[in-house]
Amino acid sequence: MDILPILSTLRRHKITAFLIVLEIALTCAIVCNAVFLVNQRLHRMDMPSGVAMHELVQVQVSTIGAQPDAAARTQEDLAALRMIPGVRAVALANQLPFTNSSTNTSILLKPTQTQPTLNATLYTGENVSRVLGTRLLAGRWFQPDEYLDFATATSNQQAIPDASRIVIITRAMAQRLWPGENPLGKTFWLGNRFNVRVVGVVASLIRPSLYWGDNSAQWSMILPLRMTVGQGASYALRTAPQDRQRVIKAAVAALKKLDPKRVVTEQRTLDDARAEFFQGDRAMTGLLLGVIIALLLVTGLGIVGLASFWVAQRRRTIGVRRALGATRADILHYFQTENFLLATIGIVLGMVLAYGINLLLMLHYELPRMPWMYFPIGAIALWLIGQLAVLGPALRASHVPPVVATRTV
Amino acid sequence: MLAYYLGLALRSLKRNPVLTGLMVLAIALGIGASMTTLTVLYVLSGDPLPGRSADIYYPQIDPRDMNGYQPGGEPADQVTWIDGMNLLRAHRADRQALMTGGSVPIQPTQANLDAFYADARYTTADFFPMFEVPFEYGTAWTAADDEHRARVAVISRKLNDKLFGGQDSVGRTININDADLRIIGVLDAWRPDPHFYDLYQGTYGEQEDVFVPLSTSRDLKLAHNGSTDCWGNGAPSQDKLEQAPCTWLQFWVQLDTPAQATAYKAFLVHYSQEQKTLGRFQRPPNVRLRDVMQWLDFRKAVPDDVRLQTWLAFGFLLVCLVNTVGLMLAKFLRRSGEIGVRRALGAARRAVFEQLLVEAGLVGVAGGVGGLLLAQLGLWLVRRQPADYAKLAYLDPVMLLVTFALAIGATLVAGLLPAWRACRVTPALQLKS
Repeated sequence: MDILPILSTLRRHKITAFLIVLEIALTCAIVCNAVFLVNQRLHRMDMPSGVAMHELVQVQVSTIGAQPDAAARTQEDLAALRMIPGVRAVALANQLPFTNSSTNTSILLKPTQTQPTLNATLYTGENVSRVLGTRLLAGRWFQPDEYLDFATATSNQQAIPDASRIVIITRAMAQRLWPGENPLGKTFWLGNRFNVRVVGVVASLIRPSLYWGDNSAQWSMILPLRMTVGQGASYALRTAPQDRQRVIKAAVAALKKLDPKRVVTEQRTLDDARAEFFQGDRAMTGLLLGVIIALLLVTGLGIVGLASFWVAQRRRTIGVRRALGATRADILHYFQTENFLLATIGIVLGMVLAYGINLLLMLHYELPRMPWMYFPIGAIALWLIGQLAVLGPALRASHVPPVVATRTV
Repeated sequence: MLAYYLGLALRSLKRNPVLTGLMVLAIALGIGASMTTLTVLYVLSGDPLPGRSADIYYPQIDPRDMNGYQPGGEPADQVTWIDGMNLLRAHRADRQALMTGGSVPIQPTQANLDAFYADARYTTADFFPMFEVPFEYGTAWTAADDEHRARVAVISRKLNDKLFGGQDSVGRTININDADLRIIGVLDAWRPDPHFYDLYQGTYGEQEDVFVPLSTSRDLKLAHNGSTDCWGNGAPSQDKLEQAPCTWLQFWVQLDTPAQATAYKAFLVHYSQEQKTLGRFQRPPNVRLRDVMQWLDFRKAVPDDVRLQTWLAFGFLLVCLVNTVGLMLAKFLRRSGEIGVRRALGAARRAVFEQLLVEAGLVGVAGGVGGLLLAQLGLWLVRRQPADYAKLAYLDPVMLLVTFALAIGATLVAGLLPAWRACRVTPALQLKS
């Protein structure tokens, strides 16, 4: 197909051609960025948790008034919960993934450091790592005699014996603290007064809250501290996925039976907690997809409108061409090629614009740079939309009879 | 003349129903999307204390140790118990209140109601007059009640409805965390959005149901919720927070004139200096005194996603407008013959231009109506979201006017180029064929 005649025609319709190019460029730029954002959100919602997501439930109870003998109450609770059929393991944890409430502390490699190396979250509770289903990569779990009571440990940090100054950390945190080195046996400081030695490394364990940004999502550690009821702790129960609802009901009933004065403040599966945690991302994904579809639709319809106008305007020229021997296919291809040319110019401009928008978003929304692979997505989408939109008007043009050439309008 | 132009415009729009429909649809979609997101942004960035927010300030000082100190950094977000109490007792502002949030168990006396947890605010007496909190029954507590750790409570209208069927419950008791408190006031409907005085409890969350004097809450060991930021020896247990090096309270003051605000800021610097001399503070004085709107802006109360959505919607509107310019150009130029005849018969270029703009405006009105319907649909969808701000998303009269102004204004702008091009057709050329 010869494109020179097309170009010379377009030069006579500069404004209309420019508008189509502009619309395609804008749509292409927005669609590229929107697809990138959608993918970012999908990726975020898919974030690894490091725990047995579909097997865990959370039950949190609070006592009204002071809790007498909290340690004994905890042991009774745990025993009763373990008796529930289908419950594989139970732990009382200070915090759980995706619950948005967390204890965090600054980590220093040397006590003399003035700026902390990083900020990490702190999981405590007897056997919490094993009940949650975190995977041990190196080292070992804590021994039963290494555990201390949380209240004792926090009220007098200096009295903690060396044997209990140990920690299990995630692989991501180990790599951040000592890139490329074996973290086992190394020590770091919690604040500048208390140091711990790494005895184990788990593959992954997400923080309960991502307030410090997604990059630090995996900076978690586990300390050998025993929790008692109250202190904001929750029971984590591990069971088969299909038993979760039944286990929640049974656990609430068992806890209420042991102490009817308690109020259940949380009862849910960890999957539900996760769904709630990412609800904003899910809503945003839906909205972005809606905008992408609406944009492509509006642009497509716009092309249909303008192409129809163009065909109507050039009926006589088409008739003359047909009379001079052009086939229907020639006319069809003419309009298709014209649209392809305009779309291509629009897409090239759109790429530049898309890059610019991405730079702006990076500046204001802490987004990463858009990988190059997103650019072809916008290009292909707009070429397709353009060709689809122009097909109707182009077919109509190809059906203009040659006899039109002989008529005066 | 306008009536005549309108008649012409209507006839012309009816002649190409598909093209007209496409234009109206594009405008309606663009306006609908923009107004949905703009309304959400407008509602979320609203002033929680209209008319007073400029006089209410959030003082910040920096009591932390030298760990993590960076010159020029921001001071702490909240205050410690000791500093809060010092600033409260200094009485340097017209009004001042120290507060924190929590969650308390309530045991109803009625047998048919189970014990439940309610959101609570532990604060000092000035909270109510300073924020102009409306009362349905009774009154707030006094500074003397704060001093004497009085066992009193103010409850929300919602809780009063639940516990006492909406009757005047002043003088009755409410059991909170195993202690009996006398109800002295019931609030009228009050929900400042955003929840500016404590953003740690959810920016657009529900209002608290129970208000208790801060001193009483410490006596009754009522659990404190929200952010606790500690340094030095780390986090103590809840009942030792008074002595701990931790910030966990919000402190608000009312300063009626700019001169007072300047003086208060100087007082904060002086206080920090004094505490440093005493050895309590280690960092050089670093203070802020932001008013309500500055504080909300600093804390980025409006979610990033909402801003992003607004930009996205306006990008969409731009595409819709470019689309409309193209379609309108096509439509106007198709009538070159007709315009040529009108020009030849004596119509001034200006008259033709005006006539075409009236036609564009008519498309704008239709697009505005469509956009309004779509915006209502959009907001309905937003309200179905589980986000805490979702329930606030309603179109108010201001946004209604903005919708129409935006629709008509945008379409007129879109119509300028096509109308200008069309009114420049040479009459002779059009009449020849």
